[in-house]
Amino acid sequence: MKQEYWNFLFIGLSFAAYIFIAIRSRAGSTKEFYTAGGGVSPLANGMATAADWMSAATFISMAGGIAVSGYDASRFLMGWTGGFVLLTVLMVPYLRKFGKATVPDFIGERFYSKTARFVAVICAIFICMTYIMGQMNGVGVVFSQLFGISMEWGVITGGAIVFFYAGLGGMKGITYTQVAQYCVMAFAYTIPAVFAALALTGNLSPQLALIGTATEGSVPILEKINTINTQLGFSEYTAGKMSTLNMFCITAALMIGTAGLPHVIVRFFTVKNVKSVRRSACWTLLFIAVIYLTAPAVGVLARINLIDKLNNVEYAAAPDWFKGYEKTGQMAWADKNGDGKIQYLGPKAAGANGKNSVYTGGGKKPKWQAADQRGVHGERLLADEIDKSNPNELWFGADIMVMASPSMAGLSPWIIGLLMAGCIAAALSTAAGLLLVISTSISHDLLKKIIMPGISDKQEVSYARLASLVALIIAIYFGINPPSSFVAKTVAFAFGLAASSFFPTLLMGIFSKRMNKWGAICGMLAGISFTLGYIIYFQFMDGDASQYFLATETRDGITPEGIGFFGMIINFVVAFAVCLVTPKPPPEISAMVENIHNPSGAGAASDH
Amino acid sequence: MSIENNRRDYWRAKLWLLIGILAVWFLVSLGCGILFRDWLDANMFQVGNAPFGFWMAQQGSIICFVLLLLFYNFSMNRLDAKYGFDEKGESA
Repeated sequence: MKQEYWNFLFIGLSFAAYIFIAIRSRAGSTKEFYTAGGGVSPLANGMATAADWMSAATFISMAGGIAVSGYDASRFLMGWTGGFVLLTVLMVPYLRKFGKATVPDFIGERFYSKTARFVAVICAIFICMTYIMGQMNGVGVVFSQLFGISMEWGVITGGAIVFFYAGLGGMKGITYTQVAQYCVMAFAYTIPAVFAALALTGNLSPQLALIGTATEGSVPILEKINTINTQLGFSEYTAGKMSTLNMFCITAALMIGTAGLPHVIVRFFTVKNVKSVRRSACWTLLFIAVIYLTAPAVGVLARINLIDKLNNVEYAAAPDWFKGYEKTGQMAWADKNGDGKIQYLGPKAAGANGKNSVYTGGGKKPKWQAADQRGVHGERLLADEIDKSNPNELWFGADIMVMASPSMAGLSPWIIGLLMAGCIAAALSTAAGLLLVISTSISHDLLKKIIMPGISDKQEVSYARLASLVALIIAIYFGINPPSSFVAKTVAFAFGLAASSFFPTLLMGIFSKRMNKWGAICGMLAGISFTLGYIIYFQFMDGDASQYFLATETRDGITPEGIGFFGMIINFVVAFAVCLVTPKPPPEISAMVENIHNPSGAGAASDH
Repeated sequence: MSIENNRRDYWRAKLWLLIGILAVWFLVSLGCGILFRDWLDANMFQVGNAPFGFWMAQQGSIICFVLLLLFYNFSMNRLDAKYGFDEKGESA
């Protein structure tokens, strides 16, 4: 069977399953819409949370990042799993005990203030919007690859599908579709990895392939990739290129951000009691670990295959998949030396002068001439000027590595079809969860609790659907014009925002009886505006790398991905300073905090 | 008065558990994977064919996180039962 048929078969089947489940478990009440009625089993919730959690950034982008930057990409591996430890021991059991439907709901009640609730709504919207931009970008990559259409239409098609079932099912529908999506993702990620690991290392388990030995030449796989990298002029795969300080801050920001992400926190409001929350979080991390332990192997193997199949190969003889990715603009070749062969070289190669950019575009994605404009060898031509100061001729988007890995390993078409279905499941499940948080923040916390308290439950759900439509349109716009060219990086900004706003505020709300509304409000505002300002300055306003915070002559400063760590410190400092000079919270708040500390007797979530 | 004491002891035991878990969490990830990585690569045994620090950063820390949460679940359930805060203790 042809590749397209397999793709559509797998995607069609998985979609049929999602839609069937979404319709079967349609939300009837607001309670079901927000928290699925609070009766989901820990195992099912664990799976759903894992699917919700593993976004396009994890599924499509992370292993690509590992393939490109080796050790440095450990920040994603540790950051996105380690956060679950914080989330489980510091946050969710207490928030579940409190028994409210949303994160702004907790902040509004605990800090006895509509202003605090309002600030929390704004923070939630910023975090989720940034996050969803990354997802829409990822959805676009998948759909454009699938139908051979442009990135713009890929994003729009994906957006339409997300809207359809996020609006339809509410939390209840989403929870059960996400269980199905996790299964699709787990198979789609591990099966291609098993075959690739078997082919290159003779090891059935991709998790062990990373520390295994290559069949060819029987050298350790890591030694093999290090040798390849150094020969081509890249740094060693296992060597760190980032400064330890920056690496530390980014990893910490990702971990802390995880524990403050509203769409993950609300997932734990769907289970019965505090004990189930803990068990559910444990399941979640286990399900996530299955994929995260595979990712490093996928990265190494994809890189070895890519170099093996493309480097020093004549363009005319290059594999079909390369031409396919060229068509959709995800890979590019510019024949700088005119020998008709593809050369992939690193910044340390002879005559490279520390650079390996193919075109002059300042690290942005390439611009293309019309698809029928072809060079002497039949290659697609770039509209950007070719950077002739170095010999590297091959450009590829890191986001494409996972999707391309089965074709690069020469695996059969059905595996590629399965992987496509997994990519779509990953992007859609997260986007749906995020849309739900945005829409409930607006309909429940902003409209019902602040602006128009008189609306009925039914109106509230209608407003929630309207809000998700508006949010999606904005997300589609930014999906087409993303703030950074790499999905995982865009998503990392969302974590920075969460780390600097919700994490400290929730933590102080749970553990400190003294923290009052003034401290919380000022802390949140200071933290998020510092972080947002830093990101906007360096991503959108031509901020230069030499201006990074803590940058010195010899060391890189803190990149915008890692600034959330300092945003968090600012939040804490401002909150405690303001709290000391303003009145204590009323006694009923102290009693409330005392009550949260005790796990027993958590009533149904979302009594509002 | 004894209910107050019970509550306070429970909370204290819980905080100690929490501090312990967070200390291990920090050590295996930010510690082994980033801060002491170079030293560990040079001076510790290899895991399979991977240097220890590198392996901790890419896979080891994740395995430790899962084990930590299992331990947390187990210990919290025991603490809840000991101080009578589990769901059964509540209804009795």
